[in-house]
This record gives sequence, structure tokens and C-alpha cells, in this order.
Amino acid sequence: MRISTIIYAVKQGFKNIWNNLMFSVASIATMSACIFLFGLFFSIVVNFQYIVRNAESNVTMTVFFDENLDQGRINEIGELINARDEVVQINYISAQDAWESFRQEYFKGSEAAAESFQGDNPLAKLSSYEVYVDEIENQEELISYIQGLTGVRVVNSSESATKTLSTFNKLLGYVSAAIIIILLAVSIFLISNTISVGISVRSNEIAIMKLIGATNFFVRAPFTIEGIILGLVGSAIPLGLVYVLYGKTVSFVLTRFHILNDIVQFLDVKQVFSVLLPVGLLLGIGIGFVGSRFTIRKHLKV
Amino acid sequence: MITLDGVTKSYNTKGQPAINNISLHINKGEFVFIVGNSGSGKSTLIKLLLKELDATSGSIKVNGFEVNKLRRRKIPKFRRGIGCVFQDFRLLPDRNVYENVAFAQRVIEMPNRVIKKRVPEILTLVGLAAKYKSLPDELSGGEQQRVALARALVNRPNLLLADEPTGNLDPTNSIEIMRLLEEINERGTTVLVVTHNREIVNEMKKRVITLKNGVIISDQQEGGYIEN
Repeated sequence: MRISTIIYAVKQGFKNIWNNLMFSVASIATMSACIFLFGLFFSIVVNFQYIVRNAESNVTMTVFFDENLDQGRINEIGELINARDEVVQINYISAQDAWESFRQEYFKGSEAAAESFQGDNPLAKLSSYEVYVDEIENQEELISYIQGLTGVRVVNSSESATKTLSTFNKLLGYVSAAIIIILLAVSIFLISNTISVGISVRSNEIAIMKLIGATNFFVRAPFTIEGIILGLVGSAIPLGLVYVLYGKTVSFVLTRFHILNDIVQFLDVKQVFSVLLPVGLLLGIGIGFVGSRFTIRKHLKV
Repeated sequence: MITLDGVTKSYNTKGQPAINNISLHINKGEFVFIVGNSGSGKSTLIKLLLKELDATSGSIKVNGFEVNKLRRRKIPKFRRGIGCVFQDFRLLPDRNVYENVAFAQRVIEMPNRVIKKRVPEILTLVGLAAKYKSLPDELSGGEQQRVALARALVNRPNLLLADEPTGNLDPTNSIEIMRLLEEINERGTTVLVVTHNREIVNEMKKRVITLKNGVIISDQQEGGYIEN
């Protein structure tokens, strides 16, 4: 294929867009809406996943033992728990460690009150294991395993809160996917419609091309390029918008709600766009390409 | 150059075929008129020769190609050897004379240097070199047909099919177009003209094939227009 042919096809692609400006603008607008929503949901979903992952990594379960359980059995229980695949980390908290930690946390500023206990440790029988799990889904099974071990009195965990976060995250993902799929279908339809108009406007030219001996590629190329340009512009605009809005929204939320600074961490805009930018642009180009190919196949028996 | 052997074309199974068991042979370098009333099958014949339509039965050979066995992807190569001119000119209204002719070259992916050389040459041949910047709307009917002729010839086809080329022209312009076609034929191009123009057919004394209801009723060398 000659360079002059490529230049010709690109020129004709732009010309088609210009000649059917209203339809082209409508296609770009719908595509923009689709990619904008995609960007929005993508940003929310990846941030939510990030938050959930952080929450999961901070969630532990605490294993307490029967009264007067000897240290040998406690060590055995520790080894059994540590041997499980889903366990990332296990820490032994002795009764003394537990009391030190409690004292520092709750008697801060009133050390005299803590001194009144003198040598007594009110948590003397409350040594425990702090167990970290790789994924929240594995927590339930591990709890029932540990509870089945002889010498274990109780296992405490904050499973339900994390599970709710995970479930909500999944639900958000499904809803986003459904909305995006519908919008993608609408975009393909509108691009197809725009290309159809272009084909009907140029039907005389296409007929002449075919009679002169144009190859299928030559006839199709301008329309394929038209679709790709519509897709590219329709995805670049909303991605730029999401980029600006993301930064502004994150800084607004963190300035306005200081309390969130300690609870949640948002992903950096560059981290989000390292995936969103190529995916969004490829999606736009893909929609344009599919929409145009579909229409050309339908209308051009070349 | 062109051989039809027992060619039939039916648009539907019940009605009479548009072309009914036609056989004919046209040699390289001939100038042939195809005449006949409306509905005689002239346009269908042209469409069969261009593979715009497929024959229901029979065999068609054009320029060495077995047209009815031609694969779809080979059609462009086949059509590059044929130039076409139509009654309604079929020019691109948004492009000037030069661009309309150059379009035929771009379509077959000719290099720009060839286009720049050939287009002025062919515009000189049809007498429109001075009007290369004009849009089709700014030209007379005869001039528009000459642009169409230039476009058909610029790719140097060895067969030219003209479907009612003088149908929209006055007698003076019709004669000019026919003279041009004759000149093109003298340069070696086979020319096949479908026409209703009795005067021109009678005056030019070329081979005349007359069709009626899809059948050849007459095929005369140096013939005349037969009323049917």
C-alpha cells in the first residue's frame, strides 16, 4: 500500500466527518459520555479495591486460650495456625505484652492510676495470638479451623465489616460493568449510524470507485478511519476531563473531610491513569473500528 | 476481446429473461454499436460485461477473464482493464475537472508523479486542458461527458464501454463525443457503445448489433439502425 493511499484515506476520513458534522458530533458526544462514565466507575472501583485491600491487610483475628493452658500447648497451637496457607503473619501476645499495651493506651496521662495495680496483671490469663490472613474470603474457614483446636477458648474477628466492604465492591463492579456495556452498545450503534449516512452521501462516488477497479480496502479505508477518529476523539475528551476532575475531587474530599485522611487513602491520579488511559483510548478506537467495520460490511457489497 | 456463449440473464424465475441465450464475439480494436428499444437488454448486457450482474447461465469472456468464474477479490483487477462512460456522466460534483480525472488514478493507487503526467495528457486529448480547474456544474453537458471520457481513459483501458454517452447531449455535442470515441478507437482501444441515437449509428457505418427482447436480431458490419 502506498503512502499516498494512506494520506488519501485519512483525508477522506476527515472529510466524511466534516460533511456529516451533526452526526459526527452526536457520535463523539455519546462516545464521550460512555468513556467518561467508564473512567468515573473505573476510578471509583480501583480506589474502592485499594481501600478494601488496605482494610483487609489491617484486619486480624485474635485467638484466646482456655484458662491455665500450658505454654507448650499454646506453642503447638501457634505452629498449627502458622502452617496454614492463608496465614500471612502470626504474633504471640503474652499477658505481659497485652497489659503493657493496654496501660499505654488507656492510662496515658494518668500513670498513677495504673501504678495502683502494682505488680498485678489484670490480663494475666489473656495471652493470645494475633493472626493476619491473606484474603478476607479465607477468614471464615480459618476461624472454624482454629475454634476446633483443643485449648482454644474463643476467636475474635471483625470479619463482617470487611466482608460488607468486599461485597459492596463486587456489586459496584457488576453495576459499573452493566452500565458500561449498555453505553458501549449505544456508542457502536451511533457510530454505525454516522458511517451509514457517510456511505449513503457518497454512494455515487463509491459506485464509481468500484467500477474503476478500486480494491475493497481502498473503498473501506476512509470509513474505517472515520470510525477510528470518532472513537479516538470521543475517548480523549472524557479522559482529559476525568484526569482533571479526579485530582480536584480527591483534594477536595481530603481537605473538606480531614477525618478521612486517617481512614482512607486514595490512589494517585498517575497510578489510575497508567491503566485507564491506554484502556480508555483502546476502547474508543475499538468501538470506532467495530462500529465502522460492522456498517461497511452491512452497506458496502464491494 | 469479448466472447459471449449462450448467455442468459433472468432477474426472476417466472418472467422473460432480460438476456436470452446470446452468443457473440467482438475482436480487439473493433468499434461496435449495441442498439435496441428500451427493455431490449442493452443495459443488462453492459452490466454483465462489467460483472455488476452475474449471468444466470452461459459463459462470458472479457479481456481474457472468465467473468462468471471471477472471484470477488479479482474483480478490481478485471475492471481496471475496462473504461466506462454513462449517460448521466457520474462526475463528482465537489471536485474540479482535474480531480475528477485524477480520482480514477488514485483509486487504482497510481503514484502522484504518474497522475501529474497522465491527467494533463488526457485532458488535452479530450480538449479540456484549459478548463482543468472548473467544477462539473460550470461545464456544458458535452464538456461534462468529455471529462467522464477522460476519466474512463486515464487508466489506459483496452476496452471502453459507453452506455448511452450522447443520451443527454444536443446533436452537435453528440457528434463531437462520437468523433472522440472514434479517435480513441483508432488509437487501439476496443469501443462498445450502447445508444438510441439513430442518426449517429447510420452516419458512422460501424458494426451494429441490434437487440430485441433480450435476443440478437441483427449483427451487421458497417450496419445501420434497425427499427424494431
